[in-house]
Amino acid sequence: MTWESVIGIEVHVELSTRSKMFCGCAVEFGAEPNTNTCPVCLGLPGALPVPNRKAIEWIMAIGLALNCEVSERSVFHRKNYFYADLPKGYQISQFDIPVCHDGYLDVTVDGETRRIGIERAHMEEDTGKSTHIGDGGRIHAAESTLLDFNRSGVPLVEVVSRPDIRSAAEARAYAQDLRAVVAELGASDARLEEGSIRFDANVSIRPEGAEGLGTKVEVKNMNSFRSLEKAVDYEIERQITVVEAGGELTQETRHWDEEAGVTHSMRVKEGSSDYRYFTEPDLAPMVMSASWVDEVRVGLPELPAERKARYSDEGLESDLAGVLSASPVEVRDIFDVAVAEGADHRRVANWLVGDVTAWLRRTETDPTKLPLGGKQLAELVEIVDEGVVSSSAAKMVLEGVLQGEGSPREVAKARDLVQISDVSAIEEIVAGVLADNPEAVKSYAAGEQKVVGFLVGQVMRASQGKADPKLVNELLRQKLSS
Amino acid sequence: MTLHELTIAEAGERLRAGEVSSSDLLEAALDRASLTEAQLHAYLTIDREGARETARRADADLADGIDHGPLHGVPVALKDNMCTRGVETTASSQILAGYIPPYDATVTRKLKEAGAVIVGKTNLDEFAMGSSTENSAYGTSYNPWDIGRVPGGSSGGSAAAVAIGSAFAALGSDTGGSIRQPASLTGVVGLKPTYGTVSRYGLIAFASSLDQIGPLSRSVQDAAFMLEAIWGHDPLDATSYAGEYPQPSAALDDGVSGMKVGVVKELAGEGYEPAVETAVSAMVDKLSDAGAAVVEVSLPTFDIALSAYYLIAPAEASANLARFDGVRYGHRGEGATTETLMARTRAEGFGPEVTRRVLLGTYALSAGYYDAFYGQAQKVRSAIQEDFSRAYESVDVLVSPTSPTVAFEAGARMDDPLAMYLSDICTIPSNLAGHPAISIPIGLDEQNLPIGFQVMAPALGETVMFQVAAAVETLAGFAERPVLEELAS
Repeated sequence: MTWESVIGIEVHVELSTRSKMFCGCAVEFGAEPNTNTCPVCLGLPGALPVPNRKAIEWIMAIGLALNCEVSERSVFHRKNYFYADLPKGYQISQFDIPVCHDGYLDVTVDGETRRIGIERAHMEEDTGKSTHIGDGGRIHAAESTLLDFNRSGVPLVEVVSRPDIRSAAEARAYAQDLRAVVAELGASDARLEEGSIRFDANVSIRPEGAEGLGTKVEVKNMNSFRSLEKAVDYEIERQITVVEAGGELTQETRHWDEEAGVTHSMRVKEGSSDYRYFTEPDLAPMVMSASWVDEVRVGLPELPAERKARYSDEGLESDLAGVLSASPVEVRDIFDVAVAEGADHRRVANWLVGDVTAWLRRTETDPTKLPLGGKQLAELVEIVDEGVVSSSAAKMVLEGVLQGEGSPREVAKARDLVQISDVSAIEEIVAGVLADNPEAVKSYAAGEQKVVGFLVGQVMRASQGKADPKLVNELLRQKLSS
Repeated sequence: MTLHELTIAEAGERLRAGEVSSSDLLEAALDRASLTEAQLHAYLTIDREGARETARRADADLADGIDHGPLHGVPVALKDNMCTRGVETTASSQILAGYIPPYDATVTRKLKEAGAVIVGKTNLDEFAMGSSTENSAYGTSYNPWDIGRVPGGSSGGSAAAVAIGSAFAALGSDTGGSIRQPASLTGVVGLKPTYGTVSRYGLIAFASSLDQIGPLSRSVQDAAFMLEAIWGHDPLDATSYAGEYPQPSAALDDGVSGMKVGVVKELAGEGYEPAVETAVSAMVDKLSDAGAAVVEVSLPTFDIALSAYYLIAPAEASANLARFDGVRYGHRGEGATTETLMARTRAEGFGPEVTRRVLLGTYALSAGYYDAFYGQAQKVRSAIQEDFSRAYESVDVLVSPTSPTVAFEAGARMDDPLAMYLSDICTIPSNLAGHPAISIPIGLDEQNLPIGFQVMAPALGETVMFQVAAAVETLAGFAERPVLEELAS
């Protein structure tokens, strides 16, 4: 039997607001434990939450960027459960009226683009962080647990996809593209390694062509896009193996073990947990007026998908458009300026995703400190077009520009990379080379065309690579034929 | 008249005339507490040194010409479910034994800014759940009019302190009647303001959508002074009212002539003591004689208000009390795992009434029961609000007894929760609607026990409510003070 995998992704995005969701404490990664806390985020008796307006604007921006509808009115709920790092014994979250709903994200895998539905994006607060001491950090046999409430109350947006994803590669593409959107907005640091963006996958399988959904397994603890893809792939294979061996799948949560490359059962869900959701009485319903939504919409930056479409419209091939679109904003700004200066789109893009990106990586330079302007890059393209430098010499010119040696023309001159395009100068070199290689001249006369290549090489060497190869070729043939 | 019997207004006059000092007022209240606490147990904590320091500062300020207003230098008490920085705050629960808040509730801060002298923290039913103050983990409070009886609750400690003179006024909190009912049972004025007008920041929550802080005092005018000191928009409370506030103290002398007064038909009859009904009707007649147009008004949903309340309040409480898990503060039970630690903390820390309500509320919110219980109760709540709106189309205020009975004997209702819950039958509708309501003492029954008269008004209708309350106070001419027999000599 052929199996189809059905995957939904839940993404938790920690917003990079200055203060927490319901109090004034700073949002700061890596601070001394329990220093960014107050009565509200510690759940002290009598403390009350006050919502962070900026966080609401961020979730609206995320929703709009993911083509969601923004609810006119949205309500906070209490999600009740006991846990040591949940200070109030409930999490302020949302239940039936999230801020954003019904959106989508188009993802492309192997040239095929598919639309992944987004069910909702809702606002909630993060919990504190438990660190279990002893027995390898696993909760059940730990000797003690340390609690850090710095993270408690950090604004969190949960984006829930529809079960529209069909492969591990697609799951990865969805996660990467969603991260790119959030990063582009500036809504979050979106750093997987710091946990400021986290992905859980709901995986099930069903016979190809079937309508219903199979038993759902939630997979957690993937801390890179690669591990997300591997974990989903593993889980699909595991489920197929179980079912094909006549076994039955259990609805459960499984933990991805990166080192072993397998998923382990964490806890079995007996039906759905009863969180006893009810309207948060400490908070009034939020009203997102049309004018407020418009204000947020107008402030949205160009998003990766829009940008890629624009680059394609401007004549870049899909791959090049994609790579450039995903490049740092500083690199993309250079593209826009250089193109505005009249330089050819493709050549500028190729320089940027090729040599410039390679230089950034090699020298470990932060893109914000990239010492290159759009005008300079346009000039570089121009001097190649004008034949001032050869394509190969242009790479050295770029190197010089990046090292702060001046404009491309200045660097070409200073590094002595200007092509010799002066006919009489080249004629002189050609004459010398022909005089030094009488055997080759004889061979040519005997009809051996291929010695031309050898002679061109000799001229280029004699000119230290600076002679215009086209001219050299032309002049050589003239001389040999005369 | 001795110092401890003065109203705030009278004490203020003497203070500003230089006849007494704030320290004198405080010592009078402290002396009163020393004499009566053994019998009444109104206080859980008396902050003698802190209060003396504040009183000295109030006197120094006044000498320097700095006057913070009507509460300047006046000794007041706070119910022990309001946070006081550096002073133990327990909500009368074992689970918060020894808990010292690191911050002041907004009302605490506002009272301090108004120059008030905080004498101490008063007793209450644990987490404000009860109508007799018998559910306190630290012992019952008793009624100054008869120490065999309860002072009502849950703000019973505040009521007893104001009635006996160990504070000139006090703050209570009212979720279903917890200010008005004890005020009624102890012969003082008790006010629950419009929901959202007094910040709940720093009030240990019982049922967030119903809880409201308000004053207990010895006069209607004093209640207005207290209210005007503590209310106002608070950015720390997202349910705080941000619009314009009424000015009730300006309307106290306006009388009831031409006012339309509705007598609530449903708040009478079976379960109401004859003495209470007689006193209330007599007051209604006096209002009519004073020029008010009195009509009987029916609000049929009042009959089911109690049932709705006992689903909504426990449901919210079940979540509000989840934070008491022994992890960060308060009592901690022994346990090898987090689960057992939390379970034992809560089993040991909560008293029987709190446990009952947490279980009830948890059940009402559970999957499969939510619609039948909590969802249904919310619908009743809306219906009650509609009933009120309809009534206020034809009347300015509604009146009723505050409590169907006078103070009952200690222990009498402890084995019968339903009988205890019925104490709040007259007060609960205003909480469900978020409306203001006030209880004014209008007389004593044949056993010398006070009877309270309730005036209800629409949201933000404090001005008209105070106008009627002041008239009721004048018409009643109630000037009796409790006498503790053992102290009579």
